[in-house]
Order: sequence, then C-alpha cells, then structure tokens
Amino acid sequence: MSAGLTAEEVKSAVLRILGDIAPEADLKSLSPDANFRDQLDLDSMDFLNFVIALHKTFRVEVPEADYPKYASLNGCIEQLTARH
Amino acid sequence: MAEFVMPSLGADMNAGTLIEWRKRVGDRVTKGEIIAVVDTDKAAIEIESFTTGVIEQLLVQPGAKVPVGTAMAIIREERPARGPRTEARGEEITSAAQTPPSVEPTRLRISPAAKQLAADLGIDLSTVQGTGPGGAIGREDILRAAEARSMRVKAEEAALQAGETVDRQARMRQAIAAAMTRSKREIPHYYLSTTIDMGRALAWLSEENRKRPVTDRFLYGVLLLKAVALALHQVPELNAVWKGDTAVPRQDIHVGVAISLRQGGLVAPALHHTDRQSLSELMRNLQDLVVRARAGTLRGSELSDPTITVTSLGEQGVETVFGVIYPPQVALVGFGKIVERPWIVNGQVQARPVLTATLSADHRVTDGHRGGLFLTAIDRLLQEPDRL
Repeated sequence: MSAGLTAEEVKSAVLRILGDIAPEADLKSLSPDANFRDQLDLDSMDFLNFVIALHKTFRVEVPEADYPKYASLNGCIEQLTARH
Repeated sequence: MAEFVMPSLGADMNAGTLIEWRKRVGDRVTKGEIIAVVDTDKAAIEIESFTTGVIEQLLVQPGAKVPVGTAMAIIREERPARGPRTEARGEEITSAAQTPPSVEPTRLRISPAAKQLAADLGIDLSTVQGTGPGGAIGREDILRAAEARSMRVKAEEAALQAGETVDRQARMRQAIAAAMTRSKREIPHYYLSTTIDMGRALAWLSEENRKRPVTDRFLYGVLLLKAVALALHQVPELNAVWKGDTAVPRQDIHVGVAISLRQGGLVAPALHHTDRQSLSELMRNLQDLVVRARAGTLRGSELSDPTITVTSLGEQGVETVFGVIYPPQVALVGFGKIVERPWIVNGQVQARPVLTATLSADHRVTDGHRGGLFLTAIDRLLQEPDRL
C-alpha cells in the first residue's frame, strides 16, 4: 500500500481480509465500533491471521500489546491511517 | 502387488465417495503422496498412498460410493532392499505420515508453458501433482488436473441427479452423533480436573512474542498441546486405541486438535508427532491445519491417526470442559478459559491467571490414579514453558 491511505481504503482492505478469514460472515452488517472478534466469532487463531494479513497488506508491525486497538473496523482505520 | 483400499477416516465412517484420482494407470506413486480425493460425511479428504510403486489398476470410478476396506486400486510395489513387506491394508495408509511433517515450504517447479496453461484454464497450482524431474509440473500435469476437475464436476452432478442431497451439514451432524453415541454407549468414562497456574507460561509467552515478528508468534494453545504430548511420555497408556476388547498402545503421539467449523460441526485432525515438534513447528503446523480443516482439504492420515484429542473451549467463555472421548481413542483433554483467581504463592495471596484442565478417560484402560498423574504432569510442564 502506498502512503497517505484514506479511511475508505483501509476499510476496504480490512473487509477483504475479514472476508477471507470468515467467508460466511455478513460483513455488511458489521458494526464499525464493535469488536469484530465477537461479531464474527473469530478465535485467537483467526485474529492472529488477521493481524498477519494487516502486516502483509500495510507493512505494519503490530505488537501483541496493541491487538485490542485493531479489534474493530474503526480501530483499524484509526491506527492505519495514522501510520501512513 | 498391494491393494489400495478405502481407508477408515474415523469411527463414524462406513463408506466414502471417490471424487477424483490424482494418479493414472502407469503413474509412479511414492509413499505419502496424495493418490485420491474422497468425500466423507465431514469433508473432502486427500488420501495418501501407503506404499511406493506404480499404479497397476484403478478399480473404482469417480462418483462411486465405496465401503471402508474395499479395494480401489492395485499398486505394483517397489519394495525397499531391506525391511518388512508393506501390508496392503487400509490401516497402513496411516503410516504415510510417519515422518515428522516438513515445515519448510516446497518451491514450485513449473515450466512457463505449463504456468500459462494453468492460468488459462483456471487451475490452482497447489492442487497439481508434478510428474516431471524432481516433481516439476508440465503441461501434461495441468491437462490432467483440468480433466480431474471436469470429472469431479460430473461426479457431483451425477450425485445430484441421483437424488443425493448434498447437505454436508446434516451428514456431519449424523456422523458426530454416531461417533458420540458409540462413545457414550461403549466407553466407561471417568473425569478428572485440575487447576493450573498459567502465570509463568503466559509471562514467558508474552516475552517470547515481544521478540518475534507477527508471522512467527505463538498462541498459548501450542504450549498446551506440547505439554499434553510430553505428559503422555509419563503416562503412555493414555496414548492408545481400543481394538476388539483390548487397548493397543501407540508408540507415536499424534494429538488430535478439535477445530470448530464455521458452518457448524467440528473435526479433530492430528498434529503428527506432536511431542517431537518444536513450538515454532507446532504453531506453523497448527495454523496450516486450522486453515485446511476449514477449507475442507484435510488429508486421510490426519483424520485416521489421532491417538488422543485436545479440545479448548476457553475462547467461548467455558471454564471447564467435560469431553466425550472420540473412539477408538481412550482419552481426551479439555482446556477451559484462562481466568484471574486469588492464588497463594509463597504464602501470599495473589491474583493469578489460572486454567482448568480436564481429562476424560476410558476406565477400561486406565484408572484415576494414572489419570491424576497425567494431569499433574501437564501442570508441571506448563510451569517450565522454556523447556517445552
């Protein structure tokens, strides 16, 4: 991804990643502020794979201690737009 | 000559439907190589060859429903210079995974022409078996894969036309029901539990993960799996299968991991040689296993080989698991949620993260004394996570 990401670009990429991890999920009904681990019934392996995908897509290192910041759509947007 | 038979991929399987052959008559096949894909009640499973040789005959056509133990192909064996002759029984298929799993990805060898052809035909290269030098993929292999795909589609259409409702969910439920009913009917379960202080293990994990890139981090679940596998060295009678009227000990430790599927139901494929894998290998192989379980691309040996099962329901908020043993295994370990509890350390009350571990075991094989030693061994191992 190039520098200067918009919220819409982050949202689109995050939804694509979530769609790969939970293909059966209805992502249109995802509440942007709620924890998507709860909404999509993601387990710790799913969430680790999500963070790995963020790392590969956005070239960011996400320390384990920061995982909660990436647990919602708006959280991801806030973190990733600020970094790029 | 050896017969390649429809293997039993679990206590709940009576028959499977051949989806496709990955080999043709005259093809050479090596031990452990995928030879066929079989549809079971739970998923489509890749079946490995139990021997090395040349395919002499294919006895079954894609689309056919084949009872367990029925010959599906004849393989002209290439016997090693030394060593016993391979028995041509379905059970031997399980030996395909006797070598510890490789954790290094294999580099794909493919000619540019074959690569272009695969792209044109929409063939996933990861599903193609190369038959060229060193396993290189050629145009012939791509064409064969395209033909197999076409046959698979035809087989599915034939099944639909025959009125067979493709309702894997219902069939999976039935398969689980059959296995669990058999378990509760035949196995006299006993249950033990213990509470384990996870403070040291989690502190070690946190420090270890801090040093690691996200792609190499551990989940605490791999510590639990390794601890179970190593504890079996101390109480090996729990690593066994029940056959006839006796328990048959298993030398190799293949922990089956209960994985919930997104559409419902579960599978518990084996992490082969769990005790011999490093934590890094276990983590990578567990990630791979979960992905493939949910994608429906497990291998036959992974379903037929587990010697004990581990189920973790902590993430669902469960504190204590009372599991049902998956026959013919003789034990199951359950792990609950890690919760903070007041705990006494060196005479002081502290808040510590603790986890409840339970053992469901077959009373025909072990008693509570040995089961208790096993849970204690798991606890002790988790107090020294750097040695796992």
